[in-house]
Amino acid sequence: MCLAIPVRVTAILDSGWAETDIGGVVTRVSTALVDEPAVGDYLIVHAGFAITRLNVVEAEKTLALFAEIAAHYQRAGVALYPRLS
Amino acid sequence: MRYIHGFRDGAAAAALAARIAAAADPAREYHLMEFCGGHTHAIFRYGVQNLLPRNVRLVHGPGCPVCVLATPRLDAAIALAGRANVTFLSYGDMLRVPASKRRSLLEARALGADVRMVYSALETLEVAAANPGREVIFFAIGFETTTPATAHLILEAQRLELKNLSVYCNHVVTPAAIQSILDAPGTRRWDSVRIDGFIGPSHVSAVIGSRPYEAFAAEHRKPVVIAGFEPLDVMQAVDMLVRQLNEGRASIENQFTRGVTRDGNRTAQALMGEVFELRTEFEWRGLGVLAAGGVRIRSKYSAFDAENRFQIKFGTVRENAACQCPSIIRGVKKPADCTIFGTVCTPRNPIGSCMVSAEGVCAAYYKYGRRAMSTAGELKPA
Repeated sequence: MCLAIPVRVTAILDSGWAETDIGGVVTRVSTALVDEPAVGDYLIVHAGFAITRLNVVEAEKTLALFAEIAAHYQRAGVALYPRLS
Repeated sequence: MRYIHGFRDGAAAAALAARIAAAADPAREYHLMEFCGGHTHAIFRYGVQNLLPRNVRLVHGPGCPVCVLATPRLDAAIALAGRANVTFLSYGDMLRVPASKRRSLLEARALGADVRMVYSALETLEVAAANPGREVIFFAIGFETTTPATAHLILEAQRLELKNLSVYCNHVVTPAAIQSILDAPGTRRWDSVRIDGFIGPSHVSAVIGSRPYEAFAAEHRKPVVIAGFEPLDVMQAVDMLVRQLNEGRASIENQFTRGVTRDGNRTAQALMGEVFELRTEFEWRGLGVLAAGGVRIRSKYSAFDAENRFQIKFGTVRENAACQCPSIIRGVKKPADCTIFGTVCTPRNPIGSCMVSAEGVCAAYYKYGRRAMSTAGELKPA
């Protein structure tokens, strides 16, 4: 129910709406809950409403951390085959 | 999209699994409850439990608004939809959910009621404007992720002076539910259920912020890590919880930094506060009546309140006695402990709240083939 997806703003429409893109699907979302989104911003959208901005700097930090952890374990030669139950 | 698929990377998942395995103390058990049905779904879909050491257990919580909607309130929705001259709008999740006597909104539609599925609450405005002669009712359900949208809808309806639009409000609040699980006698007794820490919901928290959880961490000494809904998010949250528990800390930490701040979305909170107020109590299916468990429309917007306008009366409903959902959504039991799970109660013919929605615990177990998994989390021999 509370699932929401990140979308990229492609155009600002009038009165609280934006046109957004998610993997090639273009859809109109309400921006009533976020302050002044701009073209190129990422928004997190739930049931037609952007509930917040996606903080790209933080997202990149998290992704970089995952990449670092993956690289570290690969360097250390740890077998990355988890237990199968 | 990088910000979806980036959080599903297999090599990073394997590395995180190795990191968790290295951190988890084999001498102790870690029981972590994911509150939200979205997490439950991600855990099953990506097999996250299988990537964790045996002593790190994920306990599934009640966080699915479709599951916890009390049956008398759904009965009332079906009765509303069946009234003459009513157009009834609902999110798709609710249409199939069986109420008493196995009726559903979908069945009401088959019998001639004007029930329509909407993706966004704002579609109600268009339907109401296009059908001035009909009473258009929006069936509002959901946690704080969805509540601001309904608030915006009501304010827009007022601005556009739509007299034929009303909202049947069933919004529930997250902190009350977590409080109820923590306060339940079962949680305090070590032999029934043990929850050492919580994986907190990401999108609810994007709205309410991480601050409301601070009370739980302080009062109950339970760590909370707010996590995104992708598999790597869940695994990182598990890693953070295991480390907190090892260090004996009980803090609120935020894994979903890309969407959640301590204060949350102030605009959305202001909208909710303008339109809604806490109910003294609200019934949750499976959890019972929770103090401050839901919100209602403030009296200054009562013209848009379907409960007022249509004088809705709620009946009482007896749940199936064999159904173990009340224990399952508290994390006390697993679906396999229920005698009707997978036999009488299936996704096509759901009996209890955990099976009715695709995000429910029983539905997830059923869908992803964990029917044979017992309370101990071990597979029974075939």
